[in-house]
Amino acid sequence: MPRPRPRRSSGRFWSHVVLIVACVLVAFPVLFALIKATQTRAAVLSPSLIAGDQFLVNLRQVWATADLGLFMRNSLIVATAVTVGKTILSLFGGMALVFFRFPGHRFVFGFVLLTLMMPTEVLIVPLFDLVSLRPPESWAVFWAWFSDPGRVFLRPLDFGFGWSNSYLALIVPFLASATGTFLFRQHFRAIPTSLADAARIDGATPWQFLTRVLVPMSGNTIGALAVIQFVYVWDQYLWPRVVIRREELQVVQVGLNMIIGAGDGVEWGWVMTGAIVTLIPPMLIFLVLQERFTRGFALTDAK
Amino acid sequence: MREHAVFTNRWLPWVFLAPSLAVLTVFLYYPLWQAVVLSFHRANLLLGTRRFVGWGNYEAIFTGPLSARYHQVMVQSFAFSMLVVVIGLSISVVLATLAAQPLRGARVYRLLLIWPFALSPAVAATIMLFLFNPEIGGVNQVLNALFGIKPRWLDTPQLAFALVVVTAVWKNLGYNVVFYLAALQNVPKELSEAAAIDGASGFQRFFRITLPMLSPMTFFLVFTNLTYSFFDSYGLIDVLTRGGPIGPAPFDAVGITRTMVYQVANDGFTGSGNTGLAAAFGNIVLAIVALITFAQFRFGGRRVQYGDH
Repeated sequence: MPRPRPRRSSGRFWSHVVLIVACVLVAFPVLFALIKATQTRAAVLSPSLIAGDQFLVNLRQVWATADLGLFMRNSLIVATAVTVGKTILSLFGGMALVFFRFPGHRFVFGFVLLTLMMPTEVLIVPLFDLVSLRPPESWAVFWAWFSDPGRVFLRPLDFGFGWSNSYLALIVPFLASATGTFLFRQHFRAIPTSLADAARIDGATPWQFLTRVLVPMSGNTIGALAVIQFVYVWDQYLWPRVVIRREELQVVQVGLNMIIGAGDGVEWGWVMTGAIVTLIPPMLIFLVLQERFTRGFALTDAK
Repeated sequence: MREHAVFTNRWLPWVFLAPSLAVLTVFLYYPLWQAVVLSFHRANLLLGTRRFVGWGNYEAIFTGPLSARYHQVMVQSFAFSMLVVVIGLSISVVLATLAAQPLRGARVYRLLLIWPFALSPAVAATIMLFLFNPEIGGVNQVLNALFGIKPRWLDTPQLAFALVVVTAVWKNLGYNVVFYLAALQNVPKELSEAAAIDGASGFQRFFRITLPMLSPMTFFLVFTNLTYSFFDSYGLIDVLTRGGPIGPAPFDAVGITRTMVYQVANDGFTGSGNTGLAAAFGNIVLAIVALITFAQFRFGGRRVQYGDH
């Protein structure tokens, strides 16, 4: 009779082999970019894979000359604002849906969840009109439009918010989150009813219940949501590209492409430096919140 | 399931919900309606002129002289999405299962597999653009030294298409592995151990136990990966190939890496000058997505629970 042990350890050996090969393949392009970001202009164009000492030189060039610093600042502002806003609004939404009894709460939940199927990318043309068209000159003009259903619902937009070339265009349309509301709802439903009852009997107001009981209990969910939302906003490309026309307000994902396009020959050393720098903020957030992120999902999904 | 409701205040829940509902109504539901309205107009982005044309834009897409490009874009989009989902999920489930074992260094493996989560489409594409540059890219320098060949990756239709798929799979890997690892934590170890004692091989355990236990997560990931490759692939394609190159017949109406969202953005902001056409095609994409989602929930979603009982 074959003994199980040798077979298992050979299985283990092959597991290590496959995993090591996969990890190296997955990391290789970024390691390659990292090495090229440290090399001189001549070395960047050669096959050399030896790290140089030019990273700070490249960084200074791309940060100031190619405006990477500006793009990074814009992206950080927008991503932080959307992440914080989305988390708070989702927290409110989850709280209202789970701990309040009110007519229409099933409808509200459906209304929120249905938006998962409405990606901004496909609605980009009407959304662009809505966000960037000039606002009405006065409240009277707005009211004349708003009180005429034929104009509101049957004609293309006459007015918009006038936000093109403003951070508002990149922040406000993305503040509500179906994913977030859903995640908090699932998490809150798993909280024992007795706890909520105890809080009410002790005379806690809804606001106190939210800030002193729910928020401290929701570390993993908040962490998971923060990672998803930050990465989602940080990665956005199409929307900022069409709605932001002033270069000094552009986000880094689009800015990176401008660095490729600028000048006669592409400065690949700079571009790779830019790519690495662009990768750092989401990577940091992800590594810091990684444990919470995994736990936040292990609790809610696939049970 | 017991009722959770604790507070009975009538208007307070609406105060909590108002900001979310306002944003969703104004920036998603209303644009959705406006997309329908706009699709029946011929609208010029720069001049701001609009003229009602009825079904004209839809006719242009289905039967007009330019319809070949829309048909091609749809076929390409489906092929691209299918490849990204099937290849990406197959690789991810195998790697996640291997890394979930109690191996020495398993934590390190897991971390090294999930970090691409932080990779954005534009950054992933930018790095690949350099790596696969025909003259100075690392890949061709190796290929040239070893075999004396320098493939024109981004000018050869088949290679460009493959490269876009590979980049998308790479970019998605971290996301998929994260979710599979989370799901694997909920798969009871006893099942697999009992099967091992009964003499089931690793392959048998994977196909008979792990994979079926992971099916709710696979269902979720198929949905998210499909939406990703349908919608979020714009940045990746724009940086890498700009939708090109023109394919061999019958794929010669338009660039071979052009997806539906790329076409919408192109019609809406650079190409035709008729944003109504872009809105019409966007609506068709939306209808396709709704249909896929519906079919998925109808035929595959029975095993997954989304809260309500």
